[in-house]
Amino acid sequence: MTYACPVDAIPTGEGRTVTVDGHRVALFRTAAGWYAIDRACPHAGGPLADGIAADCSVICPLHERRFALDTGAPIGHDGPGVRAHHVEVRDGRVYVAIGVPATEGVPAAA
Amino acid sequence: MSLNPSDAGVVVIGGGIAGLAVCEAVRERDALVPVTLICAEPRLPYDRVRLSEILVSGASAETLQLRPAEWFEDQHVTVVTDAWVAQVDARARTIALADGGPTITYTSLVLATGSNALLPPIPGIDQPHVHAFRGPEDCDRIREAAVSARRAAVIGGGLLGLEAARGIASQGCAVTVVHLMDRLMERQLDAGSAGLLQDTLAMDVELNRQTAEIAPDHLRFADGDELEADLVVVSIGIAPETTLARAAGATVNRGVVVDDALRTSLPDVYAVGECAEHRGRVHGLVAPILEQARVAAAALTGDGAAAYAGTIPSTKLKVAGVDLFTVGDAEGDGQAVAMDAADGVYRKLATRDGAACGAILLGDLRGAEALSTLVRRGERVADALAALAASLEAGPAEMADEVQVCNCNGVCKGDIMAAVTERGATTPREVMAMTRAGTGCGSCKALVVDIVALAAGGEVADEPHYLCPCKQQTREDLAALIRADGLESVSDVSRACGTGRECGACKPALAYLVSEINANRHREERDARFINDRVHGNIQKDGTFSVVPRMHGGVTTPAELRRIADVAEKYDIPLVKVTGGQRLDLLGVRKQDLPKVWEELGMPSGHAYAKAVRTVKTCVGSDFCRFGLADSMGLGVEIEREWEGLHTPAKVKSGVSGCARNCAEATIKDIGLVAVGDDQWQVRVGGAAGGSVREADVLCTVDSRAEALRVSTTFLQYYRENADFKERTYDFVPRVGLDAIRAAVTDPATGAALRERFRLAKAAATDPWLERREPYHPHQFTNPDDEDGAARPALVGPPTGGAR
Repeated sequence: MTYACPVDAIPTGEGRTVTVDGHRVALFRTAAGWYAIDRACPHAGGPLADGIAADCSVICPLHERRFALDTGAPIGHDGPGVRAHHVEVRDGRVYVAIGVPATEGVPAAA
Repeated sequence: MSLNPSDAGVVVIGGGIAGLAVCEAVRERDALVPVTLICAEPRLPYDRVRLSEILVSGASAETLQLRPAEWFEDQHVTVVTDAWVAQVDARARTIALADGGPTITYTSLVLATGSNALLPPIPGIDQPHVHAFRGPEDCDRIREAAVSARRAAVIGGGLLGLEAARGIASQGCAVTVVHLMDRLMERQLDAGSAGLLQDTLAMDVELNRQTAEIAPDHLRFADGDELEADLVVVSIGIAPETTLARAAGATVNRGVVVDDALRTSLPDVYAVGECAEHRGRVHGLVAPILEQARVAAAALTGDGAAAYAGTIPSTKLKVAGVDLFTVGDAEGDGQAVAMDAADGVYRKLATRDGAACGAILLGDLRGAEALSTLVRRGERVADALAALAASLEAGPAEMADEVQVCNCNGVCKGDIMAAVTERGATTPREVMAMTRAGTGCGSCKALVVDIVALAAGGEVADEPHYLCPCKQQTREDLAALIRADGLESVSDVSRACGTGRECGACKPALAYLVSEINANRHREERDARFINDRVHGNIQKDGTFSVVPRMHGGVTTPAELRRIADVAEKYDIPLVKVTGGQRLDLLGVRKQDLPKVWEELGMPSGHAYAKAVRTVKTCVGSDFCRFGLADSMGLGVEIEREWEGLHTPAKVKSGVSGCARNCAEATIKDIGLVAVGDDQWQVRVGGAAGGSVREADVLCTVDSRAEALRVSTTFLQYYRENADFKERTYDFVPRVGLDAIRAAVTDPATGAALRERFRLAKAAATDPWLERREPYHPHQFTNPDDEDGAARPALVGPPTGGAR
């Protein structure tokens, strides 16, 4: 678990890119909770944190490829997915464990 | 994918149009029999007929996919892609896949292996700059080569060759079509139509040319002449792929020989499509191939009466952008021809022994169905010229019920009528789902819609056009809901309808809708906006943003230019470019630098990133131009000030030209004004040179500058209120109809109401760049760990993928 950022660094409903243990990850604060996935879309390197997040998925802003926030799996296309990372929130601080699979469907507290 | 060798059933070899059609036809007759489709290519079946689209647009083969992956799952059709069949053992009823793949048992086997491009043994044909034109990979290679090639040659002046030539030309490479025969498309066209097609295409064509050798930088013809070419595409025909069938012991001539039930000489082995030879003919067109697939499927599911009687070839297509229809044999002993060389129109009806035997329509396809019926029935034609003229008038009402409307799927007018009158369909979409009319090549769709209207006794019910599949509601339904319940935000709307959840695909559309209906007095939710509208810059392919300060009417000052230059230097902006709308674009700005860049520019936002009013392009007009009839610059500046800051369903680009020379290109703008003298202005709408090019329609001509501004503003509001999200005016205007728009915009009462709602929306519009000082969220423009010293992503050369 590595400290990523304070809770209020990310507006609700949006994502931001943060560096955790030298990895750049896209961290999302949705109404349902927090998610972290790799920052770059495998298709053309698009910044996933700048995508539109809803219903536990994010749409890449460059070419609209969609990925599940909890698993990183591609949705609606056959391309590769991205890694999803475990997130925890304690005392207003957000922590990410790189490479630890997110618990499917169970986001960190909103 | 697991293949259980014990699951015998129907196995289809070949993932093309024919192979898929067999799967579909088998499933229509039998929901249970196991069906396996084996595709050599690494993808699901796609529409090879539209291959040239890949060459022109660079789109992926997936965009031409015939059925989505879910269809195969839903229909329980097992698909094996990227698999070569090594051997067919007709006695054991098994096939073996190459590379140690499994052996598969079948009860019936269908060969739909198609064909290969014919490559003649010309010296030099195996060089790397010589390409076939057969698959998506060929398209990619040709496209890539066309970018750097100096001069290209296409050997073969048939349909595919011409399409290939058009694709190469679209990449900006000069191309010559080299054809062995004395006319283009000699199998479909007569001399007259071929000559006219050649004139219309405006391509270099060399007829009667036999290529003797392909050198690295030129072709050498049999007569010794040479043609410069460092890219060569060969498209002279197809050779049926019969290797498997031959090795398995089937009778093969040119193609695999089949009987009227599409049976080969091997037990329970069928062949359809371009690999099959029926009554001495190999068919390469979609309609006969689909007909064969249906007959084969019927036969192998036990319909002993199924028989294929051959097809009178007919084809309706666009050749390199020119409409073409041919049916039958156009070289009869009698003929009637009408030709208008200036318009590129050629119409011919041929007769033999007094009966219709063939027809050609080029540049004007009216009457194609009527002529097709004459030829198919071999009707006696006493006066061919009169019959040709009459075909122009034949509308759907005059067509007989047996007239085949959809040649791909063999659907007659009567079937379509019955779907409406007897089976209860109410929309063209339902009819197409029921009858499959219009679902092949799609060229008959417009006629299908007309026939549905005829059957329904007038106008057809509008197709429900849902705003998003997640909510089965149209834009109008949602707008009514927002008004009735006073909804003010995207989350309000999301909660109130559909699944009750938000959906990323439609959040931006809903964000526009709630803002438009509430006249910009909605509750803004930034997470519903595309990134461009969250940070007010245009995201580029490397994740940086571009910044376009507003210069009203394209007019600037030395002070502004100096400021822009200073900012560009200070923030190390890698590229400064003049946009297509006469503005300056600063490209490659980091997100966290955006507020500082705007602050120092001190100019309002050009909205160049948004679905909004963008630019009003102007010419110099009467101020300086010796031809200018009116003050186009002044009006352009005035219009831009009036409209700036307003969001619209899609981007809106405008232009004002001071005279008919039209230097501001106002006739291809969403809204364009052209001065025509005596203070008169032509107001044009619905034009654009975007994804498609469309000349704007003339909405009206008005007598004063004030009236020009008033009418165009009224139209803008009408568009803001009625268009679908992302629907440009060039789709919107023809969809709604110019008459309806003119009625609403010029009517005093509705016009005044539109302008009042425009006034309210404009009053609530603000310059988004002011958020640099009062951000929506303290971290609106920053990532948690942005560091000023962080490396800037490299921008290599001018951007190619940045959407404007």
